[in-house]
Amino acid sequence: MSKLGISEPRIDGYDKVTGRTKYYEDRVPPDALYVRIKHAERAHAIVRAIDSTKAEAIPGVVKVLSCFDVPDWPFPTAGHPWSMDPGHQDVADRQLLNRHVRYWGDDIAVVIAETELAAVQGVRALEVEYEEMPFVLDAQKAMEPGAPQIHERFPSNILKHTSYRKGDYQSAIQTPGLVKVEGWYETPTVQHCHIENHGCFAYMENGRITVVSSTQIPHIVRRIVGQALGRPWADIQIIKPYIGGGFGNKQDALYEPLCAWCCTQVGGRPVRIDCAREETFVSNRVRHAIRFHIVTWLRPNATIAARKVELWSNQGAYASHGHSIAAKAVNSFPQHYPCDNMEGDAWTVYTNRPAAGAMRGYGMPQASFADESNIDDCAAAMGMDPMEFRQLNIMPQGFHDSFSGNTNYYDSYRECMAKGAALIDYARKREEYSHQSGNLRRGIGVATFWYNTAVYPISLETSSNRMLLNLDGTVTMQCGETEIGQGADTAFAQMAAEALGLASYRDVHVVSCQDTDITPTGLGAYASRQTYVAGFSIRQTAELLKEKILNYAQSLTRQSPACMDIVDGVIVRKTDGSALMGLQELAMTAQYNPVHSEHLTAESSYTIRNNAYSFGCSFAEVEVDLALCKAQVIRMVNVHDCGSLINPALAEAQVHGGMSMAIGFGLSEQLLFDEKTGRPLNNNLLDYKLSTCMDHPNLEASFIENPEPSSPYGTKALGEPPACSGAPAIRNAILQATGVAIDQLPLNPHRLFAEFTKAGLIHDS
Amino acid sequence: MSQYKLVHCNINGRDVEKMVDVRASLTDMLRNDFRLLSVKKGCEVGECGACNVLIDGEAFNACIYLAVWAEGKHIRTLEGLTGPNGELSDIQQAFLDETAVQCGFCTPGFIMTAVEILETGKLYTDDELRKLLSGHLCRCTGYENILRAVKKTMYRRLGKQIDF
Amino acid sequence: MYDIKALYEAESVSDAIRLRLAHPEAQIIAGGSDVLVQMREGKRAGKELISIYMLDELRGVRLDEDDNIRIGSLTSFSHITRDPIIQQHCSVLGEAVDQVGSPQIRNIGTIGGNTCNGVTSADSASTLHALEAIVELTGADGVRRLPIHDFYIKAGVVDIRAEAGEIQTAILIPKESYENCYGKYIKYGMRNAMEIASLGCSVNVRLSPDKKYIRRCRIAYGVAGPVPMRVPSAEAVANGSPLTREMIDEFALAVLLDIQPRDSWRASKAFRQHIAVEMARRALTGSIERAGGVIV
Repeated sequence: MSKLGISEPRIDGYDKVTGRTKYYEDRVPPDALYVRIKHAERAHAIVRAIDSTKAEAIPGVVKVLSCFDVPDWPFPTAGHPWSMDPGHQDVADRQLLNRHVRYWGDDIAVVIAETELAAVQGVRALEVEYEEMPFVLDAQKAMEPGAPQIHERFPSNILKHTSYRKGDYQSAIQTPGLVKVEGWYETPTVQHCHIENHGCFAYMENGRITVVSSTQIPHIVRRIVGQALGRPWADIQIIKPYIGGGFGNKQDALYEPLCAWCCTQVGGRPVRIDCAREETFVSNRVRHAIRFHIVTWLRPNATIAARKVELWSNQGAYASHGHSIAAKAVNSFPQHYPCDNMEGDAWTVYTNRPAAGAMRGYGMPQASFADESNIDDCAAAMGMDPMEFRQLNIMPQGFHDSFSGNTNYYDSYRECMAKGAALIDYARKREEYSHQSGNLRRGIGVATFWYNTAVYPISLETSSNRMLLNLDGTVTMQCGETEIGQGADTAFAQMAAEALGLASYRDVHVVSCQDTDITPTGLGAYASRQTYVAGFSIRQTAELLKEKILNYAQSLTRQSPACMDIVDGVIVRKTDGSALMGLQELAMTAQYNPVHSEHLTAESSYTIRNNAYSFGCSFAEVEVDLALCKAQVIRMVNVHDCGSLINPALAEAQVHGGMSMAIGFGLSEQLLFDEKTGRPLNNNLLDYKLSTCMDHPNLEASFIENPEPSSPYGTKALGEPPACSGAPAIRNAILQATGVAIDQLPLNPHRLFAEFTKAGLIHDS
Repeated sequence: MSQYKLVHCNINGRDVEKMVDVRASLTDMLRNDFRLLSVKKGCEVGECGACNVLIDGEAFNACIYLAVWAEGKHIRTLEGLTGPNGELSDIQQAFLDETAVQCGFCTPGFIMTAVEILETGKLYTDDELRKLLSGHLCRCTGYENILRAVKKTMYRRLGKQIDF
Repeated sequence: MYDIKALYEAESVSDAIRLRLAHPEAQIIAGGSDVLVQMREGKRAGKELISIYMLDELRGVRLDEDDNIRIGSLTSFSHITRDPIIQQHCSVLGEAVDQVGSPQIRNIGTIGGNTCNGVTSADSASTLHALEAIVELTGADGVRRLPIHDFYIKAGVVDIRAEAGEIQTAILIPKESYENCYGKYIKYGMRNAMEIASLGCSVNVRLSPDKKYIRRCRIAYGVAGPVPMRVPSAEAVANGSPLTREMIDEFALAVLLDIQPRDSWRASKAFRQHIAVEMARRALTGSIERAGGVIV
């Protein structure tokens, strides 16, 4: 029986419901020293001096280190595969501790102490002398002449600018009779808010440094720690235990380099860095705030004649993933709604905000908000139903993108929209809500997205896998792809059991913990790539192991390997299915054979040179209380075509989480900064409005399972897609409910109050 | 100058006594002195619910509860729910069955609040359940399957047919 | 681990008073959901604490000899909401404190702590103002009682005399405030749980026996000024008036004559003013309906 498409319980589920699962903090040695970081309390400044006299006098303080003590070379932090092409390497623009303070919260010193309290007191006792400089928080303002210069090497603070031109936009818009739909759309700075903060600990053993870290990308972090410390990469061992969520924040080297370096400064004693929640918000990574300007020109038949997209992506203080996000966002437009004449420009701009990096969706939640808001405005301009307008203009079946090599094999968009519309009763509700008065108003909205699977051809895609046949006939498997809560290990076990012919996915023991000394090289969890890329190496390695097993079996069964197969853990003769021997018997015999002992193992790497389109849509139904300036989502449906499902229950759960994140992005989340000082205002879970379970309707997830032809298991991206289209669906539902098109997220009461007032919907007299 | 106090309490059914630093939170005591590592630290200011434990039957965030206040109290953590041979309680099993677990970091706190809810023996509406569970933040699940797990267990314990 | 200089645990009210006199610099800690958080932030780091949390004598709700509702200062929010006396006589207070933070915060947070920290956003405070509650303080010189309005001096400062060894021991809801009174509390937050009020509005009314007129109306706000406040202009509109839509609108607009919300990053003054009017309208409407009145 197939092991695929079955909602098996998570393999780590038992430990997680009993509280036994060990996260990094549960593994810290009791003698570890505490490292606390002194964060700058200026948005832009040069550190002139740090007086540590008082801190050093505190009992328990072991050492104070500052930006004057660190190696003087910069390093990159993005969780990208290394590139042998220097032009394609990540920007190296930060040091372990920085004299040039570029945002409020920058790391300028550490106190290492025997107790947490002594470290905290030590940080409070540091006296810092700053030379203050003007700062800038807005990306476009940072490009203006005379704006504060944040990094010397980047004039006008432009980290990168890319553009594309297709057809002839300028001529196309001269055609008489076109309707112009123009808008400015803006998304805020938000944070991942995984419930486990990032943290790590480091110790030295036999002259090498081991870092145990809450990370999504152990192998990449090894390289970055090596670069930051100026040590051979093989001197570094990174161990990734279970982690309490990541969502892209931990797809960056966060404090592993600093932790490793602190360890070397205390003679290799174990040291720990535990981010507090307040630090997670500000001194880890955030999602890029992006401002879009879109001009769409429509023909009288409601097709798109020409389109121009400009965007300014707020990078914050350090490059991290940099322009990759803006590039992905701007490049989504020509594929989402193809048209003959397009111009696109994207600028990624340094500002004095926290560094922006990867966050679930990687530019697509922002792009989808702008694109799908503008598309609803287009539909309104043409007097058309928004879904009908999309069906007319959206990427058609058979569309091929020559850069990624992706093909829209099926008519996924239209299938997803049709299914979603039926589930939420779109047409009837659209009609029912079309003429409303009174204070409570309802609306229904739709939005779509597409998403790439993995990062080919922009970066290397590789996956390695190792399988060992155990003496009981089970298989132990190691993957470089990481379990970060999404359920990857369970899906991998199902995939391997299927490929090997084992009786159950429970017969595959996935080594969940990645250890760069032991685990075959892999890149980690990002780009919604896990099941797709791991699929190639799991299938390939399983075939190798199977071949070895059958070759060995030949000596015992005298059957040709070509005549045998493994079914439910038993070697059988293909022709009649008769059982020849069990895998346990084979493994025991092979291991303890006095003449020809063999531990049957297989290992392989696979270079993936494919990508795959993942599609989907969100439908949101909202109720707006005009007088209270509140919008509430009362129903939400997401439909995804992510190919074949390996584990439907886990897939559904992934979608719920993404929808929740999209609701927060749409309605409530925003990291705020004081305009006068650049200080973050709400970097805690009380003032940052993450949705609670009282802020959600029931979340409904559904699928169209069109098998992906390029994937050995028919799968494609699902991790990030659910976070992409929810916010614009909510925006478009509010538009239907109130007639007010709001182009800046979040759609919280402050924004609704301003917009409803402007629209004359509310008044107090 | 450190100050200590001898605290007597009952943790997961066992009477214990421990000399604790008066500056310690209950989270510090449970994690460091008793190695009850299901008590997680997500914010340390009572906003995320990851360190939630039951004290005399009511849910408390252990991070903002002084360890010395444990004197004379009955404290339960997730470790106390599992049977001597590793048997899961109904609510733990429901979290597994309903795919209510992803990264697992909020799970112990959520389950302990669910225990408080279930032990009232009352039948709550969906809205009431959402309110009762609203002291826990989760970024993975959108709360959907967590609500389902608690609701199903509540109906099962009351011997009632579920209405969804 | 908190940065506590020393912790003194009170074993009785008289012990708390003794400790207070012996350590005038020390901060009283009840449930700690504010004090410990501030300590971690660094605001109160390195301070001495006097813990009164273990004083069970300060817990519970009962009717005193004059039928006033007496709430021990350490009674937790969740216990207030679940208390039969509160449910029967003063459900609006149970409703108000049931909107504090989260279930866990409602289990640790106390009504005494909520009022003693003097913040305007405290969910109990506007309702206690609307109920003309009496604060009971016990010190070396005995018991002192004062109206809650007088208890609040300015933002973050309340009338507790540390030099007299005072601690808050009870909050009293006078019979006159709850008898035949029905109320509604509305909290405005940016999400539906884990919130500090952007504005809190508490109304209670007593209708005429024929339920045609408002005999007495009280309205109070949190976050409409530096401390929780009553709104006399609105009360004057309602008192003695018939139950009409027009009256309710007039009542709601009159709120703007008295409230003084401020601009902050949490919410603008204009927004709070707008919301205040709507909340007054809804809270009065809800109170009248609960009292069995029919609005015409």
